Amino acid sequence: MSKTILAVDDSGSLRQMLTFSLKAAGYGVIEAVDGRDGLAKAKQQTVDLVLTDQNMPGMDGLSLIRALRGMKKYQKVPILMLTTESDDAIKAEGRAAGATGWLVKPFDPDRLTEVVQQLIG
Amino acid sequence: MTIDMSQFYQVFFDEADELLAEKERLLLVLDVSAPDPEELNAIFRTAHSIKGGAATFGFTDITDVTHILETLLDRIRKGEMALTGEHVDAFLAAKDVLDMLMAGHRHGSTVDRDAAVAVCQRLQALADGSSGTSPEAVVAPVAPTSAPAADAGPVADADGNFRFRVELPQVPERDVEALATELALLGSVSRETLADQRTAFTLVTSEGRDNIVAICAFVLDPDALKITAANPASAPAEAVGSAAPVEPVPVVAVPAPVASDPAADAAPASGENRNWGRRATDREPFNAESSSIRVGVEKVDQLINLVGELVITQAMIDQRIGALDPIAHERLLNSASQLARNTRDLQEAVMSIRMMPMDYVFSRFPRMVRDLAGKLGKKVEFVTRGAATELDKGLIERIVDPLNHLVRNSVDHGIEMPEKRRAAGKNEAGTLTLSAAHQGGNIVIEVSDDGGGLNREKILAKARQQDIPVSDTMSDAEVWQLVMAPGFSTAEVVTDVSGRGVGMDVVKRNIGAMGGNVEIRSVPGSGTTISISLPLTLAILDGMSVKVGDEVYILPLGYVVESLQPAPVDVKEIAGQGKLVKVREEYLPLIPLYQIFDIEPAFADPSQGILVILESEGKKAALLVDSLVGQQQVVVKNLESNFRKVAGISGATILGDGGVSLILDVSALLRSSRQLSNDPVFF
Repeated sequence: MSKTILAVDDSGSLRQMLTFSLKAAGYGVIEAVDGRDGLAKAKQQTVDLVLTDQNMPGMDGLSLIRALRGMKKYQKVPILMLTTESDDAIKAEGRAAGATGWLVKPFDPDRLTEVVQQLIG
Repeated sequence: MTIDMSQFYQVFFDEADELLAEKERLLLVLDVSAPDPEELNAIFRTAHSIKGGAATFGFTDITDVTHILETLLDRIRKGEMALTGEHVDAFLAAKDVLDMLMAGHRHGSTVDRDAAVAVCQRLQALADGSSGTSPEAVVAPVAPTSAPAADAGPVADADGNFRFRVELPQVPERDVEALATELALLGSVSRETLADQRTAFTLVTSEGRDNIVAICAFVLDPDALKITAANPASAPAEAVGSAAPVEPVPVVAVPAPVASDPAADAAPASGENRNWGRRATDREPFNAESSSIRVGVEKVDQLINLVGELVITQAMIDQRIGALDPIAHERLLNSASQLARNTRDLQEAVMSIRMMPMDYVFSRFPRMVRDLAGKLGKKVEFVTRGAATELDKGLIERIVDPLNHLVRNSVDHGIEMPEKRRAAGKNEAGTLTLSAAHQGGNIVIEVSDDGGGLNREKILAKARQQDIPVSDTMSDAEVWQLVMAPGFSTAEVVTDVSGRGVGMDVVKRNIGAMGGNVEIRSVPGSGTTISISLPLTLAILDGMSVKVGDEVYILPLGYVVESLQPAPVDVKEIAGQGKLVKVREEYLPLIPLYQIFDIEPAFADPSQGILVILESEGKKAALLVDSLVGQQQVVVKNLESNFRKVAGISGATILGDGGVSLILDVSALLRSSRQLSNDPVFF
């Protein structure tokens, strides 16, 4: 069974790009439009990897990561943050919150799938 | 596998458009003296999101502008810098530039690079100027010895590659190897061992520093890393110029962003609660997005056209079964009436797809009113009402220009200068109201101001000067109509409060072409209301079918006042000037339809035929026809798309019996009636 990735981003175009790239690489993708949506979907279904944007309305990426790490089933699941280069402080916080790593926007879709493959095969 | 990014462009453009509109809306409601932190956050987020998308899809010019914008907004939302009106103006200017850049990518329209540079400089000047702390100074305290952010940026070599030197802390050999493999994904790596047994890599890559950090983060703590830009000679590069950006993307050289400031920590930490509170306003567009789909207009139009055909077919069936014996065919008749109901419901549902809220139009005005009022030194409060009222998409696009004109006129000529208003005992700030409401089968859109009102005497004087026939006993309504007479307005009245005729004839013509009417109400000293009444949709029309000779014509029901058979004594002939008919103590021009289309009527004598009294734009006339056939909804088919424009005809329709009938252009008929002559009226 193919692995499932939860992609959380408030930007529709980026979401589409994430989904397209990941599906092309053979993963199943669940999209969420912000942290809250992401958390709800992560609860409904267990995913193998979470990709989340940081700056989102409603609930930001950091809060989502903290919430996920607080759940037993997400303690070991890789979580990648998508950030911009201006978010240095956020990266440190992301690590503290439990992010596995991050990708800096803009990133190349190929690079994304490489990183994802390294993490979950 | 390489992914073609251009497939996501359209979504990005649509999304960025929405974000820019949202940004403008937020900026306009922002209280500069006491900005709502949530609103500032939301504004920041629009710039941030556009930047993210633009960078991902490679629109560097958009990234450049949004980057500075984001940096500045970030400082403001963190309270490092006070918001001023100047900021808002610059942000709005940046929004316009972004619109322009976006259009450049989207439609290939001309892009004014200088404007983009100018706006970047303007924003940069604001970022540099106000807080007294230079951005570098803000960054400095956070830059720990090993922090990547503190280093100067690298310079790209001829191939666009950067050279980085990555010094590792003491780590097991296993990790060093893992890192070497990882880094090799980015470019070419060479390894050296330092004097203290630590390892250093020299990496030549087209990637940015952040990606290197990101990669290493999988293996070790990035804070323990030391990444420096290496010059092409591969020496550690303290001397490299600092102007180059950190990212390979040619971002305009901005000092390191403020996000590294310790204060940044406060934002996300406390941001959790605040962000939840944001839901009500901020999430809506996203929810709307997930519960709707985008469909091309041509698909919808095709659907509407097909339903139109269905309506016609249904009408045919109705006509055929009307001849059947109702008792013998009771069940068939029942099913047919069920079908009629379903068809009507289906038609309504399909028509509603094309309906868009007036907000689509209204939302562009707050900005315009603000700019215009600022330029003229006036104070204007802008109010909209009924923005949720829906109108056909085709009409909504065509109403923009006329409304633009009317709103401009109101600010320019309607609302007085603050001193004048104060002297007249009014509030200094004028109120301009834009409203929309349904009235029967029409939508009524009104632009009203509480300004000085129209000046009857001046309009009459102006009309006389232009040889427009007027009299002092004309009613106010008639006088106001004068400002919409072709050529009435001239530049010399533009600056005069009383002169409102600026391009009003154009407005009237445009609205008329949409099957609508313009009406003016004005009270001297207390304001003017211009009221536009439009049919809800152009595709279907309530019509009255009338017969002349063997032909059946459709009159749009909205124009029909009444129909009657005149007494012979009420019809007067003016030699060589046509006929008049007296209806309720009013003399109306008589338009014999058979003459206009040159057909053989059953009755040439008005007292034997039927007169249909039509009214449009405050003018009435009596149309002579043989008989009335009935009322029905007709599906309007455009003549121009497959044939050409025919004077006096606004379209055609297919009748229930399959025959074709022409829809009369009542406004044109009435215009021609004013000539009151026997000459051919159309050319």
